[in-house]
Amino acid sequence: MAQRTSADGASALTATHCPYCALQCGMSLAVSDVPAPGRPSAPPPAVTVTPRDFPTNRGGLCQKGWTAARVLTAPGRLMEPLLRLARGAPPRPVTWDAALDHVAGRLRQIRADHGPDAVAVLGGGGLTNEKTYALGKFARVALGTSQIDYNGRFCMSSAAAAGIRAFGLDRGLPFPVTDLDGADAVLLVGANVAETMPPFTRHLRRAVDNGGLVVVDPRRTATAEQAALHLQPTPGTDLALALGMLHAAVADGHLDHAYLAERTAGFDEVWRIAARWWPERVERVTGVAAADQRAAVRILARADSAYVLTARGAEQHASGVDTASAWINLALALGLPGRRGSGFGCLTGQGNGQGGREHGQKADQLPGYRRIDDPAARAHVAEVWGVDPAELPGPGRSAYELLDALGAPDGPRALLVFGTNVAVSAPRAGHVVQRLAALDLLVVADVVLSETAELADVVLPVTQWAEEEGTLTNLEGRVLLRRRALDPPTGVRTDLDVLHGLAVRLGQPAARFPTDAETVFEELRRASAGGPADYSGVTWERLRAGEQLHWPVPAPDHPGTPRLFLDRFAHPDGRARLAAVDHRGPAEPPDDDYPLHATTGRVLQHYQSGAQTRRVPELVAAVPESFVEVHPDTAARAGLADGELTRVVSRRGSAVARVRYVPSMRQDTVFLPFHFAADRRANLVTNPALDPVSRMPEFKVCAVRLEPVRAEHPSRTPASHPHPNFAGHPHPDLAGHPHPSPAGHPHPSQDGGTR
Amino acid sequence: MNARQVVVVGYGMAGARFAEEVRRRDPDATRVALTVLGAEAHPAYNRVLLSGVLAGSLTQDAVRLHDDTWAERQRVDLRTGLAAQRIDVGGRKVELADGGVLGYDALVLATGSRAWVPPTEGLLDGSGALADGVAVFRTLDDCRRILAAARPGAPVAVLGGGLLGLEAARGLAGRGHPVTVVHPVDHLMERQLDVGCGRVLARTLGRLGIAVRLNVRATRHVPGRGLVLSDGSEVPAELVVVSAGVRAETGLAVAAGLAVDRGVLVDDELRTSDEHVRAIGDCAQHAGTAGGLVQPAWDQAAVLADLLTGADPAARYRGTPVVTRLKARDVDLAALGDVHVDVDEPDAEVLCLQDPSRGRYAKLVLRDERVAGAIVLGAPDAAATITQLYDRGAPAPSDRLALLLGRALPAGGAASPADLPSSALVCRCNTVTKGQLVTAWRAGACGVAALRETTRASTGCGSCETTVRGIADWLARTEPAAKTATATTSSGRAAS
Repeated sequence: MAQRTSADGASALTATHCPYCALQCGMSLAVSDVPAPGRPSAPPPAVTVTPRDFPTNRGGLCQKGWTAARVLTAPGRLMEPLLRLARGAPPRPVTWDAALDHVAGRLRQIRADHGPDAVAVLGGGGLTNEKTYALGKFARVALGTSQIDYNGRFCMSSAAAAGIRAFGLDRGLPFPVTDLDGADAVLLVGANVAETMPPFTRHLRRAVDNGGLVVVDPRRTATAEQAALHLQPTPGTDLALALGMLHAAVADGHLDHAYLAERTAGFDEVWRIAARWWPERVERVTGVAAADQRAAVRILARADSAYVLTARGAEQHASGVDTASAWINLALALGLPGRRGSGFGCLTGQGNGQGGREHGQKADQLPGYRRIDDPAARAHVAEVWGVDPAELPGPGRSAYELLDALGAPDGPRALLVFGTNVAVSAPRAGHVVQRLAALDLLVVADVVLSETAELADVVLPVTQWAEEEGTLTNLEGRVLLRRRALDPPTGVRTDLDVLHGLAVRLGQPAARFPTDAETVFEELRRASAGGPADYSGVTWERLRAGEQLHWPVPAPDHPGTPRLFLDRFAHPDGRARLAAVDHRGPAEPPDDDYPLHATTGRVLQHYQSGAQTRRVPELVAAVPESFVEVHPDTAARAGLADGELTRVVSRRGSAVARVRYVPSMRQDTVFLPFHFAADRRANLVTNPALDPVSRMPEFKVCAVRLEPVRAEHPSRTPASHPHPNFAGHPHPDLAGHPHPSPAGHPHPSQDGGTR
Repeated sequence: MNARQVVVVGYGMAGARFAEEVRRRDPDATRVALTVLGAEAHPAYNRVLLSGVLAGSLTQDAVRLHDDTWAERQRVDLRTGLAAQRIDVGGRKVELADGGVLGYDALVLATGSRAWVPPTEGLLDGSGALADGVAVFRTLDDCRRILAAARPGAPVAVLGGGLLGLEAARGLAGRGHPVTVVHPVDHLMERQLDVGCGRVLARTLGRLGIAVRLNVRATRHVPGRGLVLSDGSEVPAELVVVSAGVRAETGLAVAAGLAVDRGVLVDDELRTSDEHVRAIGDCAQHAGTAGGLVQPAWDQAAVLADLLTGADPAARYRGTPVVTRLKARDVDLAALGDVHVDVDEPDAEVLCLQDPSRGRYAKLVLRDERVAGAIVLGAPDAAATITQLYDRGAPAPSDRLALLLGRALPAGGAASPADLPSSALVCRCNTVTKGQLVTAWRAGACGVAALRETTRASTGCGSCETTVRGIADWLARTEPAAKTATATTSSGRAAS
């Protein structure tokens, strides 16, 4: 697969950003056909990464970033469309025309037979703003379906709902990440930044040195290790902890009364609830000492500059919105948000997790972070799209509900997937795979043959990251331009191309679905104009010139908004709202049959479903397989030795993992990373209980037990599958069966999902 | 179906909680019509927080349980300042102090308890009311009375060294009063603590300005002067706070002919001897245990709400593990379960650790690998862990000492680069071990910059920079010869 540089020649450096998380570290790509010296045994890297001094990463990169270019030449890269005409039939390489004709034909038929909502679309938080926008428009206009959602529902939806409820607007960090450099105290709630976005911790140095880093996490993570104070609550009790700390703030005299009076509403109702959660009572529920609750609040209250930051640990719960609200309440009580040098924020996970939730791939949204049920928003967007507002569908199902409905009598019969790997990343993944199998048509656009793509009737090979252009919006609401460093392989098209090709075949005017990203962005500008996330003043020209633009940017001469809320919050009266929320506890408490809490998360070396990272040898060498962190006593009681395989069993299924003795674990809790495939999928056990507001599943806590795995272990079974990536039949792996795994390296076909 | 008429007598912690629990299950009031009678004129307040009010950390308004519109919003017929006069269990009616009568399908007694005043001379005046300079510590009004009577800096005596007495003493000492606690038993909180912990606690309180007089009774109160004790000594006090225990408020129940012992007797459905009358909270006595703590009252309120709304007809109250937690600034004390066990008792595993100079005391009683009792003073994180193990009946960790010590367990000292194992991960961001750094050094990457270049160590979050520098310094001392080796390439690839 010859990679050529584009116009600038073989040695040119392309300034771009990392393909992974929302920190979007600055990096430069050098494209060369010359084998790197000193590594004769490795395939010659055509692209080398060097870190670039950029405000979010300050020249730092983690191992994922350093090795990011490996994904460009990953084994198993899809090079041509694949089509199978019947389930069980082997997939065949076909031309793009054949693939797109087939898809369009089937979509037309399914729509004719079952109505427009019989076709569903699933997007991802790794897609560029342009793709996100085009995907939402394609669904609403070309397909006329309400059934579109995206994997950010599993990521940022609780934080977003809580942010809107409190501040009237959701931007992960309403201040530049570099503001944290001056923080004396930072409270991180359910955020393991030392593993999930390592260069971020450069911004916490001062807080760490001051003894001002406080970490709330049921595990003693790499981040918690750096903290002056680690609060280690029982999984599912964060909300109670926040209430206890609010109580302590009141009782110990740390309330900012003037701020509450001038800039907020709703404190009294919140206090009526928090008053019942005195720290000693909270201690009994959470296991966090009352003295530590008070100490944590004292650290925040005494700092000149203090921040409260939440992440998925707080948010991925059936009470995720309320939990995020409870931490916002604490920040408001201490007078932090909307002031220079202090604040509240949530740490966005996926690369374009922020932009991905703003431009219309979410079930209830239109571009510019507009609500799809708002008549004015519909009128505005319909005009930009050149359609009648009445033709726009209303809100559709949320991601898990959508997956759960696939193939059901009133559910979608066809699904188009862009940039997500739900067979690995959705909760109760075994059930989700069954729903995918019940579809009449599954189409997956991806870079490699993900576990979801393996199940597809049609697989469309698309460009990735350094092979295309587009904008992303990072965790601080800054719009970034990713540039193309090299040409894509022949036979691979961009997602915009795919949408264009399908739209035209479905009878849409060709000009309505441009394939040039900058042209799409120009339309996005107009569609977002006047909306909460207003990009109308952002141009690629300004981005190329290096301007730092945080939305909203309502005019081409507007400097952007690095800091929101300094004068007022985005509610009509300018006040932030405290939300009267109470503790509920996990949806599935442990019992005699399932006595342990299982929590899930990430490791440094892998990203999301492992799509890219399980194809990078350095990363696989560092963390080759799934594991489960267990307290040695808990493991011993289950008869499990360190290094042994265990089956983690819940009411929904079981996942196999290697036991890792971790003495700092709570005895009642085990931890599973969710990056692994086949019978190692952590999401085979997770609970799809949904938050009533955000529809976020409860990834972070469910009830499990540990069982030994009998002698005939899956990875030791003989290789019954042919080697080529596409095994040619519906994959038994995904139903939890053995999969060949030669030499301890994951078989390429276990990898999947991208962008 | 008509809503069931439920009348609650008492608008305190238990009654208010019960009303909330009912409305949580029946928000539209279709199943239960609620009437709540509160004898006190002011709205319900959180009694647990009164020690905070006394200490000055919470305002009186902050301890209110409900705002003014709560009853209306929650469809509760709330009548404050109105006492129940008599219960007619046969006619299922309550007669009210204002002459009114309320019929009921179910009556809930949540009348609470009142402070007991010992028969010490001079505590009561001729009419049976508290004498000048004497207060009990039970209600919000008591709090107000204490605060009004406590002249700044004036000496105060607290009669009773139980939980509440010590919280009051700590609050008043924090306000600058010299405080003396007079306790007739040989150690403080004798129900919850053993002698050893009682002694350490007394010493801790002494450091906070609270004198403790043990094994001695007050025989007489002299207004303006203080207490005369049974050994003839005197405790100067302008104010005496009596905290000598409580008695369940059972007058209505007794008059109605209900079975009453120390409290109104109830079964697992919180039912009294009359099937239409239930009792919860401090006035109730369940399985031999009388009230006094809030958690059992709240647990009972939830069970009763399940039953009376029909939300869970199988709900039963089976008791609440009792955990005593002293809420006093700078004194962190938890006590739970059966602690009156000697360390050499054969049927139990008992650990005990004393560190009186630093105010620490820990005792752990294990039976069948489970926590059966514990006292933890001055080790808050250990207390939190032990309490959860006790509440859940979970097995205790095999490292008992670590459990008992919590964070007081000495951490391993910072290892020098020489001592680190080769497999030790130095740079987490790039998965670089000490061994890889050594290998790279020997291959010619002799220096911090070269190590960084070759292995990428410290190029992520940068937090391992000091360690990498330390390893480089150590290698420079121990393997200077390697410096002569060929310089590394500039490939920038990892040594892995």
